[in-house]
Amino acid sequence: MTIKLPIYFDYAATTPVDPRVAKKMMEYLTLDGYFGNPASRSHPFGWDAEAAVEEARKQVADLLHCDPREIVWTSGATESDNLALKGAAHFYQRKGKHIITAKTEHKAVLDTCRQLEREGFDVTYLAPDEEGMITLENFTSAIREDTILASIMQINNELGVIQDIAAIGRICRDRGIVFHVDAAQSLGKIDIDLQTLNVDLMSFSSHKIYGPKGMGALFVRRKPRVRLEAQIHGGGHERGLRSGTLPTHQIVGFAEACRLAKMEMAGDHQRISTLQKRLLDGLKSIEEVHINGSLTHHYPGITNFSINYVEGESLIMALKDIAVSSGSACTSASLEPSYVLKAIGRNDELAHSSLRFSIGRFTTEADVDYAIALIQKNVHRLREMSPLWEMYKEGVDLESYTWVQH
Amino acid sequence: MAYSNKVIDHYENPRNVGSFENANTDSHVGTGMVGAPACGDVMKLQIKVDDEGRIVDSKFKTYGCGSAIASSSLATEWLKGRTLEEASALKNTDISEYLSLPPVKIHCSILAEDAIKAAIADYKKKNEK
Repeated sequence: MTIKLPIYFDYAATTPVDPRVAKKMMEYLTLDGYFGNPASRSHPFGWDAEAAVEEARKQVADLLHCDPREIVWTSGATESDNLALKGAAHFYQRKGKHIITAKTEHKAVLDTCRQLEREGFDVTYLAPDEEGMITLENFTSAIREDTILASIMQINNELGVIQDIAAIGRICRDRGIVFHVDAAQSLGKIDIDLQTLNVDLMSFSSHKIYGPKGMGALFVRRKPRVRLEAQIHGGGHERGLRSGTLPTHQIVGFAEACRLAKMEMAGDHQRISTLQKRLLDGLKSIEEVHINGSLTHHYPGITNFSINYVEGESLIMALKDIAVSSGSACTSASLEPSYVLKAIGRNDELAHSSLRFSIGRFTTEADVDYAIALIQKNVHRLREMSPLWEMYKEGVDLESYTWVQH
Repeated sequence: MAYSNKVIDHYENPRNVGSFENANTDSHVGTGMVGAPACGDVMKLQIKVDDEGRIVDSKFKTYGCGSAIASSSLATEWLKGRTLEEASALKNTDISEYLSLPPVKIHCSILAEDAIKAAIADYKKKNEK
């Protein structure tokens, strides 16, 4: 069997659209398909499109064990995070001005919280432990009289660690705090049961689960009811929570992706776990490899590790036949190493040398074997070239060495 | 990161990788080590100087991004055959222009210039008096 290069190992960044999803979407675009505006009430073009949108809402709700009326269509998880946080903060601001979140959240949450701070809200950014977990003691001790809202993600996009959403939700429910969860990485990957979880608001993205980009949803609980102030106005779509003509083809694509996820989640998870084990076994043959984040509370599709004494960008260049992402500063526009790795206490060197490997539905054993061999070969090559590796092997203490800063 | 072919060539086929034996005691060898792991790049550049003050050989080891590796690899190539004065005159802009480094990577060429200067300084210090 020949392998098609480069191999995609960046499923946490985005996924290819499943061919079954693409086929479904094609039925909702052209003149001979269902192209109508779902808001058109005066002719069958609109009625058919509306029926498709409502059927899609049922399919998404079905995956989440919630009421279809609790699903609001958005353009993606970033918009959902914005609507949830700004919407709830604005609505409940007379009750209090304090919000709790974590340092390891996605930028869509962190940057939204920064904006709310500029508007006069007070935000606590919880530090995770060195495994990347937010402990319940840590969370509980941050709660104040005026805490109105908390936002904790389920699966972390860089580390793959899974937070204890159920327990945090119970605490929030007891204290009357609105609880938002960014589930962009967990939808369709692990079971989410909104009937049992005390989650009030949950953000989803379509393009992380083999659906189209530019599509997402926000779960807004009806019982007990959570109120939001709309952030986008014009036309009153989605019960006034999110105006704008509904993109029927995107919505049916997202729903088809959810339907497939429900059918294939268990099988996908099993296969992905096996592949991750294969990857981890392969990495064991390399000295000084450090896994970042807990492997106990963990989604196996995301593996984050640091290869000491090899710089991340040079490694990514060497690994050009495999598409992975790095926490190295050199690969980001900001020249800052990953804030998530820094938050779990990784030093700059290890943050610079980190790789995020994400495996998905279309990854094969042969793909993983190719990647392991490529990493082994190039880590060896780059270490032969690394003065730090030479010093490490000579027993020089790199921590206490005096570096000539530039 | 869109790199020039020259950067990619030096990265994939780095020239003069290695370290000289007995570098600490050999008075013909000067070693410069600059940068810091926390900044994402460390360069070690060595020169071997003959009795006429001409660089006859040069080696490097670099921990850093592709352009840091390319900058130091190129530096070792350019150093061979130069007198210490000529080597001191090498500027980071010579390296960055030759390699067409993108603006965010100019610091890599500055680091290479620092490494050359540090190696020359080390050689001179060893051969004082």
